[in-house]
Amino acid sequence: MDILSLFVIVPVLTLLALVLSKGLKQARIISMIGSFIQLGMAINLLFAYFKERAVNKSIMLFTQDTVWFKNFNVHYAIGVDGISVALLLLTSIVVLAGVFISWKTDDLPKEFFISLLVLATGVYGFFISIDLFTMFVFYEIAVIPMYLLIGIWGSGPKEYSAMKLTLMLMGASAVLLVGVLGIYFNSNADGGALTFNILEIAKVHIPFEAQKLFFPLTFIGFAVLGALFPFHTWSPDGHASAPTAVSMLHAGVLMKLGGYGVFRIAMFLLPLGAIEWSWFFIILSATGVIYGAFGALKQTDLKYINAYSSVSHLGMVLFALLMLNKTAWNGAILQSLSHGFMTALFFALIGMIYGRTHTRDITKLGGLLKVMPFISVIYVIAGLASLGLPGFSGFIAEMNIFVGAFQHEEMFYRVATVISVSAIVVTAVYILRVLGIMLMGEVKNEEFLDLPKVTWFEVTGIMLLLIPMMGMGVAPLWLSDMTMESVQPFIQGVLNHL
Amino acid sequence: MNLNSFIAMRQEIFLLTILLLLIVGEIFIHKDKKGSIIHLALFLFGIHTIIGFFAIEESSLFGGMFRTNTLIHFFKNVLNVGVLIVLLQSADWIQEKMIPLNKGTEFFMLLFSSLLGMYFMISAGDFLMFYIGLELSTLPVAALVAWETSKRISSEAGVKFILSAGLASGVSLFGISLLYAATGSIYFADIIGVLTTTNLTILGFVLFFAGLGFKISLVPFHFWTADVYEGAPIGVASYLSVISKGAAAFILMILLFTVLKPLIHVWENIVYVIALATMFIGNLFALRQQNMKRFLAFSSIAQAGFILLGLITGTQLGTATVVYFIMVYIFTNLAAFGVVQAISSQTGKENRDDYNGLYRTNPNLSLVMMLALFSLAGIPPVAGFFGKFFLFAAAASKGYYLLVFLAVVNVTISLYYYLLVVRAMFIRKSENPIPFFKSKIYMRLGLIITVLGILVLGLYSPLYDYIFELSNVFNK
Repeated sequence: MDILSLFVIVPVLTLLALVLSKGLKQARIISMIGSFIQLGMAINLLFAYFKERAVNKSIMLFTQDTVWFKNFNVHYAIGVDGISVALLLLTSIVVLAGVFISWKTDDLPKEFFISLLVLATGVYGFFISIDLFTMFVFYEIAVIPMYLLIGIWGSGPKEYSAMKLTLMLMGASAVLLVGVLGIYFNSNADGGALTFNILEIAKVHIPFEAQKLFFPLTFIGFAVLGALFPFHTWSPDGHASAPTAVSMLHAGVLMKLGGYGVFRIAMFLLPLGAIEWSWFFIILSATGVIYGAFGALKQTDLKYINAYSSVSHLGMVLFALLMLNKTAWNGAILQSLSHGFMTALFFALIGMIYGRTHTRDITKLGGLLKVMPFISVIYVIAGLASLGLPGFSGFIAEMNIFVGAFQHEEMFYRVATVISVSAIVVTAVYILRVLGIMLMGEVKNEEFLDLPKVTWFEVTGIMLLLIPMMGMGVAPLWLSDMTMESVQPFIQGVLNHL
Repeated sequence: MNLNSFIAMRQEIFLLTILLLLIVGEIFIHKDKKGSIIHLALFLFGIHTIIGFFAIEESSLFGGMFRTNTLIHFFKNVLNVGVLIVLLQSADWIQEKMIPLNKGTEFFMLLFSSLLGMYFMISAGDFLMFYIGLELSTLPVAALVAWETSKRISSEAGVKFILSAGLASGVSLFGISLLYAATGSIYFADIIGVLTTTNLTILGFVLFFAGLGFKISLVPFHFWTADVYEGAPIGVASYLSVISKGAAAFILMILLFTVLKPLIHVWENIVYVIALATMFIGNLFALRQQNMKRFLAFSSIAQAGFILLGLITGTQLGTATVVYFIMVYIFTNLAAFGVVQAISSQTGKENRDDYNGLYRTNPNLSLVMMLALFSLAGIPPVAGFFGKFFLFAAAASKGYYLLVFLAVVNVTISLYYYLLVVRAMFIRKSENPIPFFKSKIYMRLGLIITVLGILVLGLYSPLYDYIFELSNVFNK
């Protein structure tokens, strides 16, 4: 069995084991073991990738190709480059952390972990696919368990949020389907056979008219999952109602599918369309960056603050991708990774705070630094990373994005960049506001004085996220080099078409 | 009639034999053991289904009135499997409700007669045979719809069905006569050569189309659907919604792609508009249904709209995707109907709100239902996704991107109401949920086959490739 297909097989085997399990204890042990194996596989893949990359210069490594539907030329085609390897690593870490954070799920535990792993399977499959059809299949597999995860184990207006999230995301994927079909039926523009293979299609000169038509469909189809303004509204509601581990996985991993899809499909396959439409989507994504930041400034619910912050941060990813520029693209990838760790960490911490104090309203919290020092300190660290302080992962990503974006020579793009950069200031304000109100000052509620201590599984979950995030900030270059190297052929492929 | 023609009509003759054997069985089975007629019927039909899988050669009988080829034969097998599932799922209902009333054998006989009619309809080589098949497949169903004579709603449904069906087949016959007037022949093979676009043929086509539109319950010929499904016994409703609809869609496709191909510029537009109307109206009306049978009725109207997306192409790809989709749809919808049937026959509850908290008491049934709904909504990795994707691909291959776009909008609308059922089963809690019960063996078998179908048909790709190979018989 090849090294990549294992990323689908192992979660599926874990699923089967879960189906046979009984009760919370068995379910969580099985999920933990399964997720540990996945993490091991991801680390193994990282080293294998470095080894292979040294001798192999093709765009995708470890490629496998099996014919699936012969008539449509659908293949189960897989392969990875540095970007997917990094995202696979991110996924496996967040999944494992999510399992630890959900250690005490008492309502239908088996079903919870099964849904969680279905989601993980979809995400892994999406990141390893290089066939549009396979990719689309995994994309939908990743989205649909959210409905049950939020609906059954969520809180607050969970039915409403779950339905809104599912319909918006599945609606987007339906739009994407038209885009995918459009790309497919134009993939013979140079006279070859119709194909779903991304690398094959990239070589084809799809007619400008078709690109102009299908780019917005493809872009919106993916970008809704990346919280593109004004299609971001599922995100705050969804995150606020979701259980902790689901928020982590969703904000940390699932939303990255959006940016990744835009990068791999919309930009790479339809570059002419991208240039034609970039002004429009830049306005939207820059609005998202600013809007998200101001939205976070106004909220008092911790989860809403983070959800809006995600809108802002992921807006930057889309913004950077639209710049069609190597540095900015690399920044977008790094931002995805950094945001993945950071926001998962945030949601884990919020879950822990909520589990103890039973409120997420920052005006009701106060002086948490005194009563739960460990959680508070980590929260400060995550906050500093979020506002892009040098030495943390957020800085390197945003630096790349804005340096790259400003390289664009046209005035419009520079103005848009300047406007987006200003969001960083707002970010600092809302982060520090939360830290100030929630962590500093007097303890507002007597009951908070004796809260349960953090448990070993919570600490494990937190550390799993914190260490890579810190690592990214302190030693960004090895990661940056790896992704930059992989961005190169993509930007080259795009430039070849211009 | 020589041996060759016997082989070519194997399916029909076997089914007729089963019908006759059932009459004999009815006479000889002792009064106290009337229930065993169910086992006999299931056994015979099971054998018939298995024998059907042996290949058949392309041939034409009775001077071209009756023809068969690999694709038609394959489709008859699909229908067989569907009917077998319907019978398995209805077995308990017949046992408990119909056998005491002495109405067991007739149920099977009428159902098999209707199936026989469908065989003739899809094997027809001329309009006469087609029309006879259409009538034979419709009339017994009217009796079946009104089968629960003790229920007023069932009788009402029967009357509604027979009146609309009579009107539809009359209109259809008028259309056929106009086509005959224009071309001077009722043989498909002759018509192809002489059919041209004139006002007379267009009118003939439209009237003819209306008759089949009724059977597929396309908008605006769909008004009978919900009432009839609600009133009919669930087994009959599921038969109407999958077998009857599937067979009609199949023969419509064959006729459009072969005989009526010269009119493609006319029917393209008609199919386009009707596809949109059917999808939108089916979906929008399904949104507010509380009764599960009505809900599935409107959902099956919407699904018929999706089938038209493949019909519009007129290519081999279109044929393959339509046959594939119908096959997937048979398994999927039968799974949904099966669960409704199981719950209804056990508790008599048929509303969506009654399903609240079902997962906590009957997890297996809920999972089957969820799979079926996801397949209907077109969510991977279950078969419905592949069926829909290929249909959309077929429409897109002819450049109907706007139609595909509107269809995916409909998929999203439909997802909403399918999720409402999932919500009821999995998320909502209930004061008095449906208590745990164990289904009987036949019902379980019926559900297991559908689940296997839903899971395997999509992921196992050689099946689609096989259908694609078969599909070239009508697109040479």
